[in-house]
Amino acid sequence: MTTFNTPKQPRGRKAGRRSPLASVALIAIGLLFTGGAYAAFSTSTASAETNATSQQTVGEGQKLFAANCATCHGLAAQGSGSGPSLIGVGAAAVDFQVGTGRMPMQMNGPQAQKKKVQFTEEQIASLAAYVASLAPGPGKPDASLLDAEGNAANGAELFRINCAMCHNVAGAGGALTAGKYAPNLKGVTEAHIYEAMVTGPQSMPVFNDMNISPESKRDIITYLKYLEKTPSPGGLALGSLGPVSEGLFLWIFGLGSIVALTVWITAKSN
Amino acid sequence: MAKDDNSGKDLTAADSSTVGHEGAPAGTAVVVRDAVANPGFPPHRPRVTDLDPSAERQAERTVYTLFYLSIVGSVFAIVAYMVFPIIPEDPGSVRLNNLFIGLGLTLALMAIGIGAVHWGKALMFDHEGIDERHPVRGTDETRTRAVEIFHEANVESGIGRRSLIRNSLIGALIAFPLPAVVLFRGLGPMDTNPSALLSHTMWKAGTRLAIDPTGTPIKASDVTLGSAFHVIPEGLQDLEHGKLEEKGKAAVLLMRLKPEDLNELPERKGWSYDGIVAYSKICTHVGCPVALYEQQTHNLLCPCHQSQFDVTNHCEVIFGPAKRPLPQLPIAVDSEGYLIAQSDFTEPVGPSFWERH
Amino acid sequence: MSTATTTTELVETKKSGGLTGAAANYIDERTSISTAVKELGRKIFPDHWSFLLGEVALYSFVIILLSGSFLTFFFHASMTPVEYDGSFMPLKGVEMSAAMASSLDISFDIRGGLLMRQVHHWAALLFVAAIGLHMLRIYFTGAFRKPRELNWIIGFILFILAMAEGFTGYSLPDDLLSGNGLRIIDGMVKGIPLIGTWISFLLFGGEFPGEQIVGRLYSLHILLLPAIIVALIAMHLLFVVVHKHTQYPGAGRTNQNVVGYPVLPVYAAKAGGFFFIVFGVVMLMASLFTINPIWNYGPYDPSPVSAGTQPDWYIGFADGALRLIPPGLEFVWLDRTWSFNILIPLISLGLFILVVLIYPFIEAWVTGDKREHHILDRPRNAPTRTAIGAAGVTFYAALWATASSDIIATHFSVTMEGVIHTMQFLVLVGPFIAFFVAKRICLALQKKDREIVLHGYESGRIVRLPGGEYIEVHQPVDEYDRWKLVSYNDYKPLMIRPNADGKITVGQKARAGLSRWFFEDRIAPVNNTELEQAHGDHH
Repeated sequence: MTTFNTPKQPRGRKAGRRSPLASVALIAIGLLFTGGAYAAFSTSTASAETNATSQQTVGEGQKLFAANCATCHGLAAQGSGSGPSLIGVGAAAVDFQVGTGRMPMQMNGPQAQKKKVQFTEEQIASLAAYVASLAPGPGKPDASLLDAEGNAANGAELFRINCAMCHNVAGAGGALTAGKYAPNLKGVTEAHIYEAMVTGPQSMPVFNDMNISPESKRDIITYLKYLEKTPSPGGLALGSLGPVSEGLFLWIFGLGSIVALTVWITAKSN
Repeated sequence: MAKDDNSGKDLTAADSSTVGHEGAPAGTAVVVRDAVANPGFPPHRPRVTDLDPSAERQAERTVYTLFYLSIVGSVFAIVAYMVFPIIPEDPGSVRLNNLFIGLGLTLALMAIGIGAVHWGKALMFDHEGIDERHPVRGTDETRTRAVEIFHEANVESGIGRRSLIRNSLIGALIAFPLPAVVLFRGLGPMDTNPSALLSHTMWKAGTRLAIDPTGTPIKASDVTLGSAFHVIPEGLQDLEHGKLEEKGKAAVLLMRLKPEDLNELPERKGWSYDGIVAYSKICTHVGCPVALYEQQTHNLLCPCHQSQFDVTNHCEVIFGPAKRPLPQLPIAVDSEGYLIAQSDFTEPVGPSFWERH
Repeated sequence: MSTATTTTELVETKKSGGLTGAAANYIDERTSISTAVKELGRKIFPDHWSFLLGEVALYSFVIILLSGSFLTFFFHASMTPVEYDGSFMPLKGVEMSAAMASSLDISFDIRGGLLMRQVHHWAALLFVAAIGLHMLRIYFTGAFRKPRELNWIIGFILFILAMAEGFTGYSLPDDLLSGNGLRIIDGMVKGIPLIGTWISFLLFGGEFPGEQIVGRLYSLHILLLPAIIVALIAMHLLFVVVHKHTQYPGAGRTNQNVVGYPVLPVYAAKAGGFFFIVFGVVMLMASLFTINPIWNYGPYDPSPVSAGTQPDWYIGFADGALRLIPPGLEFVWLDRTWSFNILIPLISLGLFILVVLIYPFIEAWVTGDKREHHILDRPRNAPTRTAIGAAGVTFYAALWATASSDIIATHFSVTMEGVIHTMQFLVLVGPFIAFFVAKRICLALQKKDREIVLHGYESGRIVRLPGGEYIEVHQPVDEYDRWKLVSYNDYKPLMIRPNADGKITVGQKARAGLSRWFFEDRIAPVNNTELEQAHGDHH
């Protein structure tokens, strides 16, 4: 396992890459990502980010890309056996993947894990600008959509229909096939929630603006933030995992303390 | 305690002679001839409160203090009811209301309970008592009398002798609850056949696919690669009656894959549109919504019992208890570019049922 | 008659007590209550913590009745669609059933309403759990033996009814979680051959979900099931009075007596106080911990679902059984669908329940022991029974754990497929391993008991003998403690004998086979001869 603490260094995964098993796993992951990239690429309604990013930022991003990402995604972001093409994934995808620490990947596994962010804000912005400059793709969301001031009731309903089956009604996360999982949404920033919906990272499907409008996305974010800042009315939420945690709690704490009390009741007094 | 001393006696024999009727067989139990004797009761150990008057007074103080505390708890709960009202649209106020009324009541209850138990343990007379056991069966005398009573009742009523009366009564008693069973037919509507209902959904040729819950129709161009749309038939939201029943059969998941990823059967070639496929969302196992779509593996997962379906192979089952693939809804595009159903599902959706074939 | 004299005496003493005495006299002259007081007032109950588990169940039931009555005043058991207009902002304007809307009103618009809901739900979980633990105590101590077999049956039916109460109650708010639970029930019912489709149709008053089911479950939940439960509890307790309580083996205790504290006053103080303690613990949980947050689940709709959709714990074993079936077990035969993916769980759980239900009769048949048993077995002294229990517990626990396979997968970072495969192995093989291990442990403990009786406790003190040999000093066990270790029932395998016709019947052979399986490994209790010999060795 190799870690990347200094982003400027070229990726040092050579030892791992030589193992045939690792190659197979990388190819598998690459195939997974190819789908995602294709998804974003064929987005007919992609809001192309056309604002004039200074050439300097793009150049900065290109350097970072060459040093940290090109090993898997190719020098021109065209993709390779170990990483998908990033042409047309847009700034949103870069901001989500790098901004949540999922990229660069630390190790092979069922899915890229959320971890400590490896780059500074500016570095992420430069990387995003570079990838966005390659081809039009979903851009970073407008701040007005991230104010969490929308209609929480609408957001809650949309969340239940489109998101809860994987992320759980309270956003506590849930299991997917073969060791993958939908993560807990607590503490995820508004922008990252939005970007995830637009880009469909990893297993997650894409929810484009025709499916869930930008306003509705704002409502969903509003609801998630409402859940986050509103304490559970009934007391501690026991992880919001539903009957399993309630049942465990009852047996261990409830019945456990009652049994302890029965022992006290029937013990002979001193 | 000579009575309890079984020394020198056969233990099992002693059991059966005293409790249980005479000579109740011990089965394959081993009769121990020289069993160790029951030593009788151990000496009584007095408590601190029996020996030390100050400890007794201390225990007494503890008990009444607890009872007074309980009153404090009850008053606190009433005060909390008034001091922590529920403010509309503020779940935090509900939390405080719940917490403080609850804590007051907890104190009220726990203090009574602990006080009473402590009283019983520390202050009440603590010598154990002994009850004799008697066989559960009635005494021979009682049993003889019971048999006699039945006999007399038989003679006086003639129930054994007048067999026609007896048998017709038995027949009548069996027959009279039957109408009640028939009455329960009314639990379901009269003129409908459940298996016919289960075989059809709201979809028919030309019904537009619409987004759940808004009912907005979907254009084929809206469905980008990797998307998953949760779909209902257009018009479902306008139904006056049976909205949920129809939705429970007609809910569909719409996905777009790369056309080359789909391994379509020749007879279903025309059921998809440019990689867009629509499958029933109702699990063929026991009916949970199979809504977890992994856009990279193209697997669908049911969150209830973990059945997995492969969208690339007509949603055949790849894991879990379900047997049948999810039914596919044949789709096409109308002149305005909206996705429409070519027909209803060609098989019943949802869990299997007996008449399904 | 002695009753008459006691009554007069009682009345006389009470008369001197002024108002209380006058009231007692008034009531007794109209109810003969003094007879009941005489019969029951000094009745002896043995004291042991495990004897209070049944009381926990009884008390939770009382708590459920109290909190449930409160809830009925506010709950509307109707599935008529309404637009929610209560205090909970994220559901404002959402269309839902009146049942769901009124449950939300109880939670968000009635002070203390959420507390009562949570008390009700926590107490319901505790009710079933306490019954389960109580049954385990009865089983592992052999308290189901004659004359208590029928009370085991009554208790078992109560366990089933408690689960039915729980499930019907869980479904009433008509939220997304419970609605999907009903959907699963509907799917299971439809899988029953011949009648399944019609049962589902009648149950839901047409197609699932219909607008009937909540009202129907409500009738069952607050009227029919509680009435039956109350009647059966009354019978259950009546039998406890008739049989008198069992007791653990102990010095002075025999099969012909019962040693403990009288109902009045000690037992009344402890048991009465314990009611308030159980209520207090439930109240504490309800004030501090959320249960069943229906406001997160939202109203039932057949299209959405939440990750981690599970039933309450006591239905988990059935949900787990459904999850364990491998793919492909459904066939069309004779133009009809045979859903073995549903029938196998239903039938195997049915068999499991049946075996537990009739176990007392199986054991009675194998031992042929027709005596009354009022002294409990220590679990180690009935190794095969304990091992069967351990196997049953393992089977149940594996099914139960499977119901949370997805949560196990996410929280222990394993694949859900791996969890399912492991559980499939555990359900099939685990009981055999548990049986073997439990039996060996019991036999080992019995051997240890023998050692202690014969040679005393290991004191941990090492002494060097004059000859240079080191020995550990053993502390002899006193005769009161010894009695607990030597007084138990010992059975030997049945020898088959031909009957009057000189034949050995199939039933006899089966009984002999079972008997051998039960009792071939046995450790006999220490008798006097062995004891004296051992003492001879020491002195």
